[in-house]
Amino acid sequence: MSDVGEKRTPLYDEHVKLGAKIIPFGGWLMPVQYSSIMEEHEAVRNSLGVFDISHMGELLASGPRASEWLNTMLTNDIAKLEVGSGQYTLLLDENAGIIDDLIAYQIENEKFLLVVNASRIEVDFAWLQSHLDDGVQLENQSERYAGLAIQGPRVGELFRALFGPSPKMPERNQIARFELDGMKLWVARTGYTGEEGIEVFFAAEDAPKVWNEVLEKGESLGIRPCGLGSRDTLRLEMCYPLNGSDLSPEHNPLEAGLGFFVDLTKPKFSGRQKLREEKEAGLSRRLIAFRMKGKGPPPRPHYRAFRNGSDAGEVTSGTLSPSLHYGIGMAYLTTPTPKPGEEIEIEIRGQKFPAVIEKKPLYKKP
Amino acid sequence: MNVPDDLLYTASHEWVRREDNKIRVGITDHAQAELTDVIYVELPKTGTSYDAGSTIAVVESVKAASDIYAPAKGTVLEVNESLETNPALINTDPYGEGWIYVLEVENSDQLHELKDAAAYRASLS
Repeated sequence: MSDVGEKRTPLYDEHVKLGAKIIPFGGWLMPVQYSSIMEEHEAVRNSLGVFDISHMGELLASGPRASEWLNTMLTNDIAKLEVGSGQYTLLLDENAGIIDDLIAYQIENEKFLLVVNASRIEVDFAWLQSHLDDGVQLENQSERYAGLAIQGPRVGELFRALFGPSPKMPERNQIARFELDGMKLWVARTGYTGEEGIEVFFAAEDAPKVWNEVLEKGESLGIRPCGLGSRDTLRLEMCYPLNGSDLSPEHNPLEAGLGFFVDLTKPKFSGRQKLREEKEAGLSRRLIAFRMKGKGPPPRPHYRAFRNGSDAGEVTSGTLSPSLHYGIGMAYLTTPTPKPGEEIEIEIRGQKFPAVIEKKPLYKKP
Repeated sequence: MNVPDDLLYTASHEWVRREDNKIRVGITDHAQAELTDVIYVELPKTGTSYDAGSTIAVVESVKAASDIYAPAKGTVLEVNESLETNPALINTDPYGEGWIYVLEVENSDQLHELKDAAAYRASLS
């Protein structure tokens, strides 16, 4: 495995100590699994898992005009935020192609934290920098921050074990500052698994200490360190899109099914005009969720999808669902508008296998 | 990592057990540990011939599909149908119940290129 040019998070040595299998991902050397993707997946669904998300980027936008400016850069309405809250939003180019999907948190009156995808840090920063307004400062703080996602039904118990009985865990999409042994942490009630969970951001140099304390305090709760493998199966069961697979500058948020996070009534943001035209003309393709029928190989990215025997699009995500025990995936299908229940086929190594379009999410908590 | 002494090995982490002019083939303990969680095996068809080095089967884990290559030219005599219902046998017993197929080898000279256990062990370290 070549380490050249691939970055390590401040937890790299901890992953190696735990016997993780390391793979390159978005320019980083990351753990894909420690023991088994299936077991790590189950741990998050049934008790608790912790993921190193230090590779993700942290951009800070501040200043008296930060809110107004961000509202012209991002698709969601940032004016709906108040201090201590966050929202899922998208950064688009002029053609409404997706540069990145991210969470924007308002952490002070005139200060916003943008948590962006690892492989897009430089691209996002360069784009935002080139569109910067007077009265706004933009900083790339990605190197200074480490982060953990702690996900699973027992997260409340772990939160109390870490921070004591009195502080309240933030509500969904809220973010607040907490202290752990003198270390300062941002704790957000967000995640990428469909389970209750928090994402925690803190100084890079504190990373091994926070990581080990989380594992220690979580031990009696059944916590497992989890890699990118289970992160992918968990998010795909929920139909959360993955940047670089389901989202790219070739796709716009409406066809990706993310219209809820795009406020077309805002007077101005990058890609707005193009999206209004698309909406007027009707979308030419849509990201759908499907499951395989019967036994067969699991779907994978780049397999072709067929409707009535004709090529109708490309699978962008696919796996065997550890919770559902059948193959699941997402694919962009061309018009006519695909509907849940419609039977399609996925071509795998030259052979077509039956599948059916499903409502999102594919997995619902029992 | 378990590397039985009585088997031959390929550079692509298949093991080969000689049974007269036939070979039984599977993937090594190292390979299954790298893949983990085998969830699907595409078996070859009995009676079909394969060239040495051609894709003869596919082993899929949660994360990826991996091709399995024929170590020599030959015809498939038997496939392990239990893998259709229980692909995890490759994880639990890679050298036993997790065998994949039996090949009738056309020219057993081709097997001379395979590694013995010591050479395979050395290639892993």
